[in-house]
Amino acid sequence: MSVSLQTLKAHLDGMQAEKLQQSTIALNELTIEVAPEDLLEISTFLRDDETCGFEQLIDVCGVDYLTYGSTEWETGGSGFSRGVKREFSFDGDEQDEVIEFDGKRFAVVMHLLSIKHNQRIRVKCYCDDNDFPMVDSVEGIWSAANWFEREAFDMFGIMFSGHPDLRRILTDYGFIGHPFRKDFPLIGHVDMRYDEEQKRVIYEPVSIEDRTLVPRVIRKDQRFTPAVEGDE
Amino acid sequence: MAEIKNYTLNFGPAHPAAHGVLRLVLEMDGEVIQRADPHIGLLHRGTEKLAESKPYNQSIGYMDRLDYVSMMCNEHGYVLALEKMLGIEAPIRAQYIRTMFDEITRILNHLLWIGAHALDVGAMTMFLYAFREREDLMDIYEAVSGARLHATYYRPGGVYRDLPDTMPLHEVSRWTDEKEVKRLNANRGGSVLDFIEDFTQRFPKYVDEYETLLTDNRIWKQRLVDIGIVSPERALQLGLTGAMLRGSGIEWDLRKKQPYAMYDQVDFDIPVGTNGDSYDRYLVRIEEMRQSNNIIKQCVDWLRKNPGSVMHEDHKITPPPREKMKGDMEALIHHFKLATEGYCLPEGEAYAAIEHPKGEFGCYIVSDGANKPYRLKVRAPGFAHMSAMDELTKGHMLADVVTIIGTMDIVFGEVDR
Repeated sequence: MSVSLQTLKAHLDGMQAEKLQQSTIALNELTIEVAPEDLLEISTFLRDDETCGFEQLIDVCGVDYLTYGSTEWETGGSGFSRGVKREFSFDGDEQDEVIEFDGKRFAVVMHLLSIKHNQRIRVKCYCDDNDFPMVDSVEGIWSAANWFEREAFDMFGIMFSGHPDLRRILTDYGFIGHPFRKDFPLIGHVDMRYDEEQKRVIYEPVSIEDRTLVPRVIRKDQRFTPAVEGDE
Repeated sequence: MAEIKNYTLNFGPAHPAAHGVLRLVLEMDGEVIQRADPHIGLLHRGTEKLAESKPYNQSIGYMDRLDYVSMMCNEHGYVLALEKMLGIEAPIRAQYIRTMFDEITRILNHLLWIGAHALDVGAMTMFLYAFREREDLMDIYEAVSGARLHATYYRPGGVYRDLPDTMPLHEVSRWTDEKEVKRLNANRGGSVLDFIEDFTQRFPKYVDEYETLLTDNRIWKQRLVDIGIVSPERALQLGLTGAMLRGSGIEWDLRKKQPYAMYDQVDFDIPVGTNGDSYDRYLVRIEEMRQSNNIIKQCVDWLRKNPGSVMHEDHKITPPPREKMKGDMEALIHHFKLATEGYCLPEGEAYAAIEHPKGEFGCYIVSDGANKPYRLKVRAPGFAHMSAMDELTKGHMLADVVTIIGTMDIVFGEVDR
């Protein structure tokens, strides 16, 4: 017996009314938003409740909302501006230029699957502190979270409290920084090569230049937009 | 008697049985494994970050390179997520082509898996057999897309082009003489569909051959039976999907349960194991190859009878045909916009998953309305399987590690991404 998405949403809205910050159905997918302090409780509920029965954690990932909605090419006014302004400069101190941002920067997104009910759900949790993002680890609820959370920590620097073994996982030994953050340049910070004279592998400041081949633009005149909104 | 102490063993990162670049740090008590700590990421290329800097269509090629033995399935997951957000659907013929190529890819993947797995465990012949058939399948890839591995054949809104009417032929060269060329070209006289059909006629017999070599083989059974047992509860907890989950007796296949493309129109069965050990997973995958073969047959039948378009007509998303572009101003504008800027996705987020040969492959896209993804997360089945490594190997002998890596069907392109 599978539960319809609407029924599940109504069930969650009813049972966890004060804990759910938001619940929406878009594109035939249910998304709920919870506060970091409620994450563990809601996760346990989602796993153990009969109507939910999300026994499998499919994915955990981080999202960095630092440059959400920003473009490299303005299309307003009478025409188009030309060329792409480089956002990053790699000479001296300019590198540390801080992009101003208020609001919650990091989010942890979990995708759950119920095999019993053939149902999916997305759980979103925005971290409170932008400088030291932290949420509770769901490793105790789903063992699969172990590596997914290590990856989110490695890539975004999101801390998972209660995680048994929060080490870097994908980056190199001794890597500095969190590469999937939006203020980490695509080309990275260091080059690595074998040095013939020193007879060892050495790290140097990056020698390539960042290029934007196709500028990032946002077009508002979407013909698909009504279709998407109509789903809600 | 000498005292035996625990010690740490470094396995890889360039061990031939590590299926790529896996460094395993094993804590051993004699020959028994106490703890396995896989160090992955040696093949990390930042696919997800790269995708953020490119228009959507330019990342399709990156998907091929994730799990580089099941290329088109990766594309399918990505393309489905895009289509979901765009609110479009590919024409039926394109969906049948996708179904057929997903299954061809599944056979390709399982052939490489069985070859490598058997080679690791000690059966050299399987590798040679499996690659003989892979050759034919890669020729099919080449005929439709021009590339033997990284096809970039699926596009949002359909597939790149319809199946060609001719199959490329071998030519006489320094390495192949006339007699050999004649033999190689014997079944390549007709269209691509003819060649695929010919393959599906031959293939069940090949699978029988593999089974003759392995299924009742004493050594094979000694190395696989009762190795790496996963209970159904643990399989769910550990996030295992695909054959790893079905081997433990859970009947779960996205092709049946959450059908995409044309899987609700074709007839096939889901094989399920009972013990959850490596041998059951072997049997499951062998049966999957037979089922895939059946699906391909059904698709070939349908595709023969139903010609039609393979690309969505909306040229805001799919490029217009080249001939049209030469004479039609609007088509030229469409092409120019698509080539220089691509298309924008509406703001929002979507997750689309497919039954990849290895398990559930999903793409999660966050879009802020731009022509590039704001965030693309690839959910690779191998990553979750690899994380179960510690639990699966605990208490086994060193030699069993190789079996367990083999049975998990690990490919580092997707684990590291």
